[in-house]
Amino acid sequence: MKPLIQASAGSDMQRRGLLQSAHSLRWIIWGATALVMLVLPLVFSSGFAIALLSQIGIMIIFALSYNMLLGQTGMLSFGHAVYSGLGAFVAAHVLNQIGASHFPLPVSLLPLVGGFGGMLFGVLFGYVTTRKSGTTFAMITLGIGEMVAASSLMFPGFFGGEGGVPTNRTVGHAVLGITYVIALWCLVSMIAMYAWTQTPLGRIANAVRDNPERAEFVGYNTQRVRFLVMVLSAFFAGIAGGLSVIDFEIVTAENVGAAQSAGVLLATFIGGGAFFFGPVIGSVLFVLFAVALSNLTPAWLLYLGLFFVLVVMYVPGGVSSLLMKQVPLIAARKLHRMLPSYAAVLGAAMMVLCALVLTVELVYKLQIDSDNGTAMRLAGLSFDAASWAPRAVAAMLWVLGALASRLAAARLRDAWDRVQREIAGSNA
Amino acid sequence: MEFLTISLLNGVSYGLLLFMLSSGLTLIFSMMGVLNFAHASFYMLGAYLAYTIASKIGFWPALVVAPVLVAGVGALVERFGLRTVHKFGQVAELLFTFGLSYLIVEGVKLVWGLAAVPYAIPPELNGALFKVFGSEFPKYRAFMMLISVAMLAALYLLLTRTRIGLVIQASLTHPEMVEALGHNVQRVFMLVFAGGAALAGLAGMIGGNAFVTSPSMGESVGTIVFVIAVVGGMGSLPGAFIASLLIGIMQTFAVTIDASLSDLFSLAGVAVTDNTAMSSLLRMPVSQVAPILPYLLMVLMMILRPRGLLGKREG
Repeated sequence: MKPLIQASAGSDMQRRGLLQSAHSLRWIIWGATALVMLVLPLVFSSGFAIALLSQIGIMIIFALSYNMLLGQTGMLSFGHAVYSGLGAFVAAHVLNQIGASHFPLPVSLLPLVGGFGGMLFGVLFGYVTTRKSGTTFAMITLGIGEMVAASSLMFPGFFGGEGGVPTNRTVGHAVLGITYVIALWCLVSMIAMYAWTQTPLGRIANAVRDNPERAEFVGYNTQRVRFLVMVLSAFFAGIAGGLSVIDFEIVTAENVGAAQSAGVLLATFIGGGAFFFGPVIGSVLFVLFAVALSNLTPAWLLYLGLFFVLVVMYVPGGVSSLLMKQVPLIAARKLHRMLPSYAAVLGAAMMVLCALVLTVELVYKLQIDSDNGTAMRLAGLSFDAASWAPRAVAAMLWVLGALASRLAAARLRDAWDRVQREIAGSNA
Repeated sequence: MEFLTISLLNGVSYGLLLFMLSSGLTLIFSMMGVLNFAHASFYMLGAYLAYTIASKIGFWPALVVAPVLVAGVGALVERFGLRTVHKFGQVAELLFTFGLSYLIVEGVKLVWGLAAVPYAIPPELNGALFKVFGSEFPKYRAFMMLISVAMLAALYLLLTRTRIGLVIQASLTHPEMVEALGHNVQRVFMLVFAGGAALAGLAGMIGGNAFVTSPSMGESVGTIVFVIAVVGGMGSLPGAFIASLLIGIMQTFAVTIDASLSDLFSLAGVAVTDNTAMSSLLRMPVSQVAPILPYLLMVLMMILRPRGLLGKREG
């Protein structure tokens, strides 16, 4: 018995130490997040960068609220924009009331109004959608999303018809700049949603995700858990909607549309739902994709779709899972052993990417944009899309890229296996 | 009477078209557990391929070639896409088809352009078939009904009367046993997926020229097909049949009715004035509410009978 007790005491000590270091690590991470939010708008202060940062901040809240459903409770929703969008409409109407001085409320607190608006509709629609789980839930959320989008043109009083509901945020006195209002709400929402994952409801949500039958058997009503999570998630989605009202000063039917719902799903999944910070990474990538790439090429949806499908097929845990796989390597000080094969894979991927971009842009120019002539510019080079040279280059890039990716993938697999074996060996 | 007959016929032909879509979706779902989000994209692909092929070799050969091509695409998708993500679970499969639907739409835009293409009804099927009380019933609508019914009869016979149909049915419920008896269940899956895609392609082929062939044609019909699957009961073919006809007829009637709730109230002796609460809602004609009726039906179904018309009780 004695060694056992000693061992457990030792591990207890160890655990306490680990807990303490995890605790201080948490403070460091949140402090760093706050610092980044404080500094970024100062460093990138051009109008475009500020607009981009604001959108990223809003998207982070939205994607994290979506991940309460997808990542924490295992509910795949195709209509999450309903809650952010309707929350935004409520917030816009309240903002107009504030402007007409019928309603005393600081504009900085407007996202809260959006949150409660989203929550209200979360209670309403959540009652219907959460009666089912799994695939059926996904289909019903899609139907609800379509219903709200279709009715947005039927109720011009609330949705503002085709033109949407315009507002004016410059009522009352500004305490902070818009960017910092968004940053502050983003930080507060992130902390609140992280804290939620530590509550009993957050834990039970994980149980409902992993094994609903067992959760039911232990005595929890899974339908009720799904409903509560849905309402909370709708609240945070509404906060994102309220912030978008302050940021854009207009809400249109697009805010409740299917494209918006698909966007938050893509952002969350690309980032990865298994880790709390996954959707944060996903939001940054998604906004960069959507804003930066849509300025560069009209085929950006194709690229985004391809990227998404590749993530689903080969990295189903998202970018965050890819990052977290490196943590044991760093701990074992073996990351440098992987770097050459990572570089090889990156090089091969770049080659395939160049081939893809060249092909897509060529086809696009010839099929859709040929009225303006077939001359085009890509990456600083001018050429004629109808001539054979760019096609030959594209074909060559495809062949080289395919070969290189085969080699690089094999090399990566070898190196990975070897390093994993070494780590397992040193632990044993 | 005239309005009723024509609308009913139109509704049934639309409903049958919807069933061609939802039957493929339901078969794939009940067999592989995959909700195929790209199903409506196959419908669109069928219409576009039919447009191109019909302009090259004529409408009648295209009637066979276009669905076969779509089936080929479906088989490739199953073999090289779905089978790869299968090990990651249902959500990954669903998301894969979701991403695929994006890709097909964008690909179609790349090849055929952003605007609608002039995919026309062949001249021998133009014109009226017969007249009911002075209104014409177009030949093409009858042709659509004929094709759908013939296709469904063939599908029924294939599933119940042939060897491969029996293997498919057995693979639905006892895949391991079927595998143990020496059948290649993976190939059966591929066949079913390709078959479902072919049904969707055929629906696109005959629906594309009756309606509009544009990149957004899949989007509008896709969610309706999902609603049908939910209302009919997930995985139930007879349920999907009833729900398809129900929604087809309901939608056709709704767009032609000009009455509103206020008319109903005035029949009961209650007048709706500007001061009545929600007067704009009560005065909205049914035709304007038509787009959301299927979704309302779905919501009602979820509240009253969550398993759908003929679905099995869960758990």
